[in-house]
Amino acid sequence: MTALRALTLSEGRLYLRDSGTVFFALVFPTLLLVLMGLVLPGMDEPLTDAPGYEGLRPIDLYVPVVLALAICTTSLTTFPAVFGGYREKGVLRRLATTPLPASRLLVAQVSVNVLALLVAVVAALVAMAAVLGLTAPQQPGLVVLAFALGITHMTALGCVLAALVPTAASGNGLGMLLYFPLLFLAGVWTPGPTMPDTLATVGSYLPLGAAAQAMSEGWFGDGVPVTQLLVMVGWTLVLGPVAARVFRWR
Amino acid sequence: MPAKPTTAPPPTPADASSLELVARVSHLRKTYGSTVAVDDVSLDVHRGEILGVLGPNGAGKTTTVECLTGLRQPDQGTVRLLGLDPARDGRRLRPRVGCQLQESELPAKLRAGEALDLYASFYDDPADGRALAADLGLATALDTPYHGLSGGQKQRLSIALALVGRPELAVLDELTTGLDPQARRDTWDLIEGVRADGVTIVLVTHFMDEAERLCDRLVLIDRGRVAAAGTPTDLVAQALGEQVLRLRLPDPVPLATVRAALRDVTEVTDLAVEGPGTPAGPAGGPLPDVVVGPSDELVVTGSRAVTAPALLALAAADLEPVDVVARRGTLEDAFVALTSSRETEPTPVEV
Repeated sequence: MTALRALTLSEGRLYLRDSGTVFFALVFPTLLLVLMGLVLPGMDEPLTDAPGYEGLRPIDLYVPVVLALAICTTSLTTFPAVFGGYREKGVLRRLATTPLPASRLLVAQVSVNVLALLVAVVAALVAMAAVLGLTAPQQPGLVVLAFALGITHMTALGCVLAALVPTAASGNGLGMLLYFPLLFLAGVWTPGPTMPDTLATVGSYLPLGAAAQAMSEGWFGDGVPVTQLLVMVGWTLVLGPVAARVFRWR
Repeated sequence: MPAKPTTAPPPTPADASSLELVARVSHLRKTYGSTVAVDDVSLDVHRGEILGVLGPNGAGKTTTVECLTGLRQPDQGTVRLLGLDPARDGRRLRPRVGCQLQESELPAKLRAGEALDLYASFYDDPADGRALAADLGLATALDTPYHGLSGGQKQRLSIALALVGRPELAVLDELTTGLDPQARRDTWDLIEGVRADGVTIVLVTHFMDEAERLCDRLVLIDRGRVAAAGTPTDLVAQALGEQVLRLRLPDPVPLATVRAALRDVTEVTDLAVEGPGTPAGPAGGPLPDVVVGPSDELVVTGSRAVTAPALLALAAADLEPVDVVARRGTLEDAFVALTSSRETEPTPVEV
């Protein structure tokens, strides 16, 4: 078995053995969407005063935002902290003496996290469809593209943190420090038409904000969000190599 | 036997051994900010030997060995490992060098057997992890997660992971720390077996019995420099001579009197006093007039033939030696002498 496959399976097993992480990452998006739709008043009622969004309910507008949230959760909450923990305990220092390159380690962890993300997203969409009804996206291909780029650039950001954080606690802290502002700019608290224009402009250039906007456009609009797509490609191309270069084994 | 021998410089007449050089460290220097961890260390590693790196804590042993394996870059000096520079050719060297590091854990929920399989996958031709585990007494612990292993089991797993890649050179740091006496002996047997398979071993240790049992040659590092190098016997002879006599005198006697009594005994090489009345080392200048009390221990060091003449000379001077213990100088004595001899000026003994 190749080193990469062995390492991915090993990290996968370790991921599943940490039940807290598993719950949060896999179940949270589903819970968020379904509970919000059922519990918050007005979420399930079609919008009446938003031009261009007729027939849609607020909870529909939330679907791409929750997808963005899922991406953000898997790339920033546990991923850097795992590396911080490994670094702090000397796990990485021991691995540094073996033939395994840093990149393989990052790829193995990323693979496990992306798989978890896909499971979380599918679960959320299925639950949504079953409980509240799911509006089909206008441009499914664009949504998939935006989602994929969302994964790549947010993962690259997570990798930069993972490459540097000295302890699990700092990995957690730094991840959380980025998590909430990015969620805010992605519109978790101000989805769709409720987001002020300035905020939306800023968000379109930042990680996650670009993903959320691109996916929303793909879901409900008929334009192509070129800026947001290019922004995500840019972040990926910059942050990815930086992570591999600055990776610290101790 | 290891696969391809590397080319090595031809042995010069000054070489203690005509064996091939696996590694050479020359004038290594490494500082961390204002702390000098390694001041000037040079050593050679010959193929097939077990080289011991000894020294007190903080002497620079671990830093030296980390520079040897490429984990750290030296500030000055050169390191050649298997003919390559570990700082630049790390990727080519890592499959051939196995390291067991101190203070290095594994993920808490990773099982021992899983760790062995994982590390084996990093190498092209790994050893049988299960067999290695059995040799190290870990066969029953393979399904135990790392956080559930005892200290000794973690140590042995660490050794197994260093050896699973069938390295040409194994660097072991703190081999038997935390192991019970039986486990230590079993581990020593294992290491001798590994050496018999042709693996060269660099062993960092502060256990004298381990150094004496396992090491073909030793390098003693103290405060960043090499204090002594050679076989265990060489080191003992160099530091101390071969016999150490410990005795007490029933009545208080000035040390000067004892010295005078032993003046004609040419076999004596050193005379010291240990005990509650022992003064601190002299700052230089005339020796203080020390009195050897009944609870102080007189330590007479000398060649193998020192025992009878020394005791007879003391008796002849009406200094009746009691509680006499005579034994061979051990590596531990040499260690203390060699590392403390630069801390205080040794009392110059005129005998």
